[in-house]
Amino acid sequence: MRYAYYPGCSLTESAREYDVSTRAVMQRLGAELVEIPDWTCCGASAAEPVSKLMNYALPARNLAIVEKEMDGIDVLVPCAACYLNLLKVNREVVGDRHLHGQLNEVLAASGLSYRGDVRVRHLIDVLKNDVGAKIVEQKVTDGLQGMKLAPYYGCQILRPYPVFDEPGKPVSMEPFIKAMGGEVFDWSMRNRCCGASLMVGHPEVAVKSVAAILADAEGADAIVTVCPLCQMNLEAYQGRAVREGGKFVPVLYLTQLLGLALGLDQESMQLDKNLTLTPAARRDIAARAWAEPVPESETETAGAKG
Amino acid sequence: MSGAVRKTWSPASEEYQAILGGLRETVGACMQCGTCTASCPNWHAMDVTPRAMWRMIQFGMLDEILASRTFWMCSACYMCTLRCPRGLKLTSAMAALKRLARVDGNAEARRSGAFYEAFMDDVEAHGRVQETGIMQRYFLKRKNPALPLSFLPLGVKMLRKGKIHLPSKGQGGVLMPMFAKAREMEGWT
Ligand code: SF4
Ligand code: SF4
Repeated sequence: MRYAYYPGCSLTESAREYDVSTRAVMQRLGAELVEIPDWTCCGASAAEPVSKLMNYALPARNLAIVEKEMDGIDVLVPCAACYLNLLKVNREVVGDRHLHGQLNEVLAASGLSYRGDVRVRHLIDVLKNDVGAKIVEQKVTDGLQGMKLAPYYGCQILRPYPVFDEPGKPVSMEPFIKAMGGEVFDWSMRNRCCGASLMVGHPEVAVKSVAAILADAEGADAIVTVCPLCQMNLEAYQGRAVREGGKFVPVLYLTQLLGLALGLDQESMQLDKNLTLTPAARRDIAARAWAEPVPESETETAGAKG
Repeated sequence: MSGAVRKTWSPASEEYQAILGGLRETVGACMQCGTCTASCPNWHAMDVTPRAMWRMIQFGMLDEILASRTFWMCSACYMCTLRCPRGLKLTSAMAALKRLARVDGNAEARRSGAFYEAFMDDVEAHGRVQETGIMQRYFLKRKNPALPLSFLPLGVKMLRKGKIHLPSKGQGGVLMPMFAKAREMEGWT
């Protein structure tokens, strides 16, 4: 299992814990991730409102590099927005001769061209179809002890192109939650939009969505995400969302939880980077579901005494 | 009817015309069932429902379209696109409306479009985007001195968590030739 890895901009900035945990977990699961050399931004949701051509050319540049320099191996993408932008090139440009020609004209300005042969895969797709929950289960060393996890899929990995899951009622994370020893929290907001970049220009609108999602997650030990923007919106605006009817719920990346279950420690999964995982939230979760490893707390006490 | 429509659509520039033409093609087959409106998580913040917006496009009610804030409320969740029984690419239509409004350059376009522009400027300059860089550009474009302050509590929280990084040179201007080419082909600024 070898993949061309496209981290995307968020994972090098506010979502570094997603990047670090994805790399560590995939390595544990026997997959080799090779970062695409000199990759550039996919345009996120900002390119389409500005330029139709750049909306395709920005992601296509990265696929062109994979085609040219990496034998066109599958591209693995953890970020939902990056995933859809890369996928759109294959779905919307390849096969449309006029548009494809225009795209290659733009790419040619940088000495590149894209034929259309690179497969774009989201992290969940790879976990589900190439790795499998069975393998994860076999490798679990620190089960999550019935921690109640609400899988949150968001929008762009399911829509408009359902590739590996049912967009109306997605379930692809559930076998992994069970494999980790967690319990699936059943809820209806799993594919509801978090407000995405509306949070910047019109936070009063986006916060309503976050509040509705957090209210529905009441009773879960944590919400599990696979998108840096979902993670940011659900975490960073909880204070405001709670005033609008939401509930405080910790939010973690799927890969952080996988890492913990596979025996990686909290530090290397960078749990301290999660805005909602305050010490109080961690203690709270630990008390209900997430058993603190005993030796660690012992050294802590020893350290305090010494 | 086509004559009347054409009159209303008197386009100012080629880019204008291209976007309008694309839009009419995209929603031409809409049968006004309202599934898109019912699927939209942000309908409550829109002044015109998505269904009515497609009607306005079919009728060529350009001024009404541009006066609406509806498409600025679209968070690109693709629920309408997924559910439309006619299989229309509605999320793309919302993005095209944003492009149209940018060409028109009205006040709401300047306000709401500022974030997208800040983002693209940063991509062009650095190859990858840097959140601090975007926010600085965005604040400059919005020209609202109170705005950065409204983001301050979050900034402080993120700074403490080590989530804010100072802008660096990134990949440099590696994307500039592509931006220049696309501008030349599409005629935007
Ligand atoms: S769901 Fe499709 S057909 Fe129905 S009103 Fe909306 S755009 Fe028209
Ligand atoms: S894509 Fe935009 S218009 Fe369509 S349902 Fe989502 S927010 Fe509403």
